[in-house]
Amino acid sequence: MIYMDNVAGTKIDSRVLKKMMPYFEDKYGNPSAHFYPIGRESYEAISKSRKAVSTLINASFNEIIFTSSGTESNNLAIKGILSQKKLENKKHIIISEIEHLSIQNIASKLLNEGYKITKLKVDNYGCIDPDDLRKAITKNTAMVSIMHANPEIGTIQDIKGIGEICRNHNIVFHVDAVASCGHIPVNVATFNCDLLSISAQNFYGPKGAAALYIKKGTPISPLFDGGYQEMGIRSGSENVPAIVGMGEAANIVMEEMPLYSKKMELLGKKLWEGLNDKIDFIHFTGHPKKRLPGHVSFWIEYIEGESLLLWFSLKGICAASGSACSSNILAEDEEGLNASYILTAVGVPNDICAGSLMFSMSKYSKEEDVDYVLSTAPEIVKRLSEMSPDYRKN
Amino acid sequence: MVKGPYSDKVMEHFMSPKNMGEIDDANGVGEVGNPACGDVMKLFLKISDKEIVEDVKFKTFGCGAAIASSSMATELIKGKKVEQILELTNQAIVDALDGLPPAKIHCSVMAEEAILSALKDYYIKQGKDPKIVDEMKKNIENKITK
Repeated sequence: MIYMDNVAGTKIDSRVLKKMMPYFEDKYGNPSAHFYPIGRESYEAISKSRKAVSTLINASFNEIIFTSSGTESNNLAIKGILSQKKLENKKHIIISEIEHLSIQNIASKLLNEGYKITKLKVDNYGCIDPDDLRKAITKNTAMVSIMHANPEIGTIQDIKGIGEICRNHNIVFHVDAVASCGHIPVNVATFNCDLLSISAQNFYGPKGAAALYIKKGTPISPLFDGGYQEMGIRSGSENVPAIVGMGEAANIVMEEMPLYSKKMELLGKKLWEGLNDKIDFIHFTGHPKKRLPGHVSFWIEYIEGESLLLWFSLKGICAASGSACSSNILAEDEEGLNASYILTAVGVPNDICAGSLMFSMSKYSKEEDVDYVLSTAPEIVKRLSEMSPDYRKN
Repeated sequence: MVKGPYSDKVMEHFMSPKNMGEIDDANGVGEVGNPACGDVMKLFLKISDKEIVEDVKFKTFGCGAAIASSSMATELIKGKKVEQILELTNQAIVDALDGLPPAKIHCSVMAEEAILSALKDYYIKQGKDPKIVDEMKKNIENKITK
């Protein structure tokens, strides 16, 4: 199997798994049980992880809250901030057209509750124009939420620039760094942000552990009520093994990311060039340079994304698509199918979103994987093109 | 290998579609599209004087379900009389494919519509009113519901 859908989740590093195992076996204490050894041991373990995660993003120890997923971190960030009394009368938030579905759906809900939502447009590469942000800010703007890198088209946003604008206007700034953390540097100080979401499963850690960075002094309300865990901001018995895993994953990223990211970037380049060379009617999406390493996204005329995915899967290659057909196979009817709004935002016409595909590699990806994809792709494309009503060879 | 969302029959038709191609001297050509997902199906019919579908070919831009539905539809109508192919419902296509996920049922509907579209074209080329097709279809549906 050649796994090239790492934005959906990465393979866990075996060293991470090894660190986690004891916390499933003998070290099963609840971290809130401070009065006996195995409880204290669990508490220390998650503290160690907290330290590692904070160092990874250049934050302080107490600025890290563990959650279960990127989606939860995003929910906590926005809902937790907006419910603050001092922001009561500020009913405007700014996001972009290409934010993650969790942010889009939170925004839709806020719209129904009387909030005004500005969705900043992006250019054909998926980049936000900082002037658009400046123009959109009003005295009622409560917060801004922008993602660091987009998992579908790979584009990396100028978060530092956006952060400066928010700082100058004294507006709370949240960054969704779920797709970027572990691949490119994430630094809360450089970003000028107040909140930042990351998720362990995107950097070779386990599913079920994520975090929200909350800048010291930022008042925030919890999503749900309960005990005193995570300083009262995120109650619930902590997922100790997953949190331990996240900490170890963070340590490994700090050690090894510079090297593996460079390698991924070269592999991404090779895949890009090879596909460009071998496939007619291919159009690449996202910014050509400012993009996640090892991430190649494109659409091909005349063929549809799901059928591409199926063929790649039959050949042992795992990828993803932005086509409507592939969007929600478990939907109750065709109304549940939607072409990628991200591709629509960067100007890809709906009927063409249909032919979109993305490959996102990992530190485990090898040159042979790229070679195999390059040897397989042309025949798949040829087969599907010949079946297509409008396809005519040059 | 863990099974995906599609039946073995669907995957079979997806991997090796039947009757894929075009007919240069087709006397009935139909094309339908689905705005929801952008799928397009084109059907080529060669209908004999005795109103039998001598040959049928398809071309499809679409997902696994769309390709499989078109392929199965051509298999089900080849060699049949025009009245018989009007009896073909999308459900019959779905059943022949051992089922489709709910979100993909519309692909079988498209295949049924492609057949009707091709038949209408045939009647137009014969100098007849294509509404005949709608009427015949309606009659068949009424017979079934009675």
